[in-house]
Amino acid sequence: MRIALIATCLGDALFPEVAKATTVLLERLGHQVVFPADQVCCGQMHVNTGYLTEAVPVVRQHVEVFEAADFDVAVAPSGSCVGSVRHQQAMVARRVGDTALADRATALAGRTYELSELLVDVLKVTDVGAYYPHRVTYHPTCHSLRMLRVGEKPLQLLRAVQGIDLVELPGADQCCGFGGTFSIKNADTSSAMLADKVANVVGTGAQVCTAGDASCLMNIGGGLSRGDTGVQTIHLAQILASTREQVAA
Amino acid sequence: MSTFLGIPRRHAAQEESPLRGALPFPKAARRELANDQLRRNLAHATSVIRSKRALVVDEMPDWEALRDAGAATKTQVMSNLPALLEQFEANVTARGGVVHWATDAQEANRIVTELVRAQGVDEVIKVKSMATQEIGLNEYLEDNGIAAVETDLAELIVQLGHDTPSHILVPAIHRNRTEVRDIFLAEMEDAPADLTDEPRRLAMAAREHLRRKFLASKVAISGTNFGIAETGTIGVVESEGNGRMCVTLPETLITVMGIEKILPTFTDLEVFLQLLPRSSTGERMNPYTSLWTGVTPGDGPQNFHLILLDNGRTNALADQVGRAALHCIRCSACLNVCPVYERTGGHAYGSVYPGPIGAVLTPQLTGMHGHHDVNSTLPYASSLCGACYDVCPVKIPIPDLLVELRGRAVDADRGRTIPGGWDAAMKAAAWIMSDPTRFAAAEKGLAAGRLVAGRDKKIKHLPFPGSAWTHTKDMPAPPKQTFRQWWKETHHE
Repeated sequence: MRIALIATCLGDALFPEVAKATTVLLERLGHQVVFPADQVCCGQMHVNTGYLTEAVPVVRQHVEVFEAADFDVAVAPSGSCVGSVRHQQAMVARRVGDTALADRATALAGRTYELSELLVDVLKVTDVGAYYPHRVTYHPTCHSLRMLRVGEKPLQLLRAVQGIDLVELPGADQCCGFGGTFSIKNADTSSAMLADKVANVVGTGAQVCTAGDASCLMNIGGGLSRGDTGVQTIHLAQILASTREQVAA
Repeated sequence: MSTFLGIPRRHAAQEESPLRGALPFPKAARRELANDQLRRNLAHATSVIRSKRALVVDEMPDWEALRDAGAATKTQVMSNLPALLEQFEANVTARGGVVHWATDAQEANRIVTELVRAQGVDEVIKVKSMATQEIGLNEYLEDNGIAAVETDLAELIVQLGHDTPSHILVPAIHRNRTEVRDIFLAEMEDAPADLTDEPRRLAMAAREHLRRKFLASKVAISGTNFGIAETGTIGVVESEGNGRMCVTLPETLITVMGIEKILPTFTDLEVFLQLLPRSSTGERMNPYTSLWTGVTPGDGPQNFHLILLDNGRTNALADQVGRAALHCIRCSACLNVCPVYERTGGHAYGSVYPGPIGAVLTPQLTGMHGHHDVNSTLPYASSLCGACYDVCPVKIPIPDLLVELRGRAVDADRGRTIPGGWDAAMKAAAWIMSDPTRFAAAEKGLAAGRLVAGRDKKIKHLPFPGSAWTHTKDMPAPPKQTFRQWWKETHHE
């Protein structure tokens, strides 16, 4: 399958290893990955901060770049960004009266998937041949959980990873407190939410906390790091891309 | 038409109201977050209600169908509200009730006070009611020499503690039992001197205290959960039976009802009496459901007055966000699952309607008037995690409504002479993020972040506004190479 990669703005700039791992994983599974080079951002930050009008050119850029690209399906290693593509892009376009853009965004959203959705629902694979010999706990990010309803898919993928010791995270479905600019606008409340998430992660005894969103992991990782907990954060795509050969090297 | 004599009416934005806080949400939240006891009380109480709710909802095979039915009925009600209200009024009147219409809090309070005065009493008993809290009725009555005694246990705790409610359903959720005992001992004149903090003893003390009030009171004031247009019936659901005492024992009953509480037909109760208790208290059925229709000679109150309260609802109805928010049946499920509410409690929202639905409803009822207005901070009091929508029994899309209200808060400030920091930052970001060349240039700038990072590649201090982040957590140093640079190196096409 020809799969277009949405690296996400945060992934491109701050967490390139997530997009790299997504690429490596999909290529290993025998697919062709394309990267439409003029992509930037889905527009979620603007939408969720209330700058809905400002989000429109960002959305237009996304739609135009991916419309022009040649691919079967698009994937983003981010439940949040895919949530934005599916639930917000058409909404902001419609809000400024651009129904044509709204329709184009909806059409693109129809073939855009979050990584675990792509693997399990579209590519019909749960065992991706990964090897990751660590104790891991999984945080289901809010938008994966409630906007996309990915449900058990990420866990199905993780359970099939060889060597992994997957431990359940108490209060898993509670928000980590990131919420984009919420973490700045309501920093105190956000930090209080994060403190509980960090305590829950540490309580599992896991060495690694994983999730399907680099943004939430940046928040949780920031708290784990400040608390000198020794617990690392790693994106689901990186675990799935990890192989025995790679670990041995 | 009365002659205008007074000072011009101030705009709602400046008016003191139980619907409007004094502080912007982030500041009020900081104040509440500092209270460790409050946070422990809230975390415990909300998690208990959450798991109870989840249990009784999971056992319902048709829960989603019930939610759909509830949402559909509410949509129907909002589309036909004027006609339904007229039908309701006609049926209440035909059954011996007296209907009054109040456009705002002031008018509703004045009507209630006149009705109480007409009975020649200076003390009334009350059923817990959000509508009367919303209009500040107790305070208004007090200013007019009338004592209003709350008979709901939690509401009584709040009243005796000279406190304000912090939850729609569990107004004293922020108090633990030791605090309750201390309040009773200090403020309840007939509390036993050897009162302990055992819940049963506390309940018994309140019961003794209230029983005397029930038997002596001539006038009761209630709110309502449902008003049924088809029959003119009022419904109140509760757990303790105090409400039933109020609506049956006194000679006069005065009910204040928000105009959105209408249900078209009696059979609609079938859906809502399943949705409400499971969503609110996590019970299959609430212990007491009281329904009354007008006046029945020789049985129950012989004077029944119904005050239909607008107080911003008509304005809300004319707006797509407001109309959706008016679907709310005040179950408070969204409060109990909200991670923001769980940490800050209800007082941080500054309104009698806290939590996710409060963050939508409050600005709808009292307006958002630019960045200086505390109401403009409420739509941001959410991480948009979506838990509120999942539990809403009438499927109010709260996160979507919050996003739209954020959009309006921003729009209200457009054209400011001096744009705010967020305006400048978001405009710049949109300029960068709508163009790949500009974005790539900005990414180069990010590399400067590597300089401020320590050897461990962590940034521990950022200047404002990044300091809001690094105050409690680290920021990773930007990588040496962006993804698109790596792609160029590895994928020559």
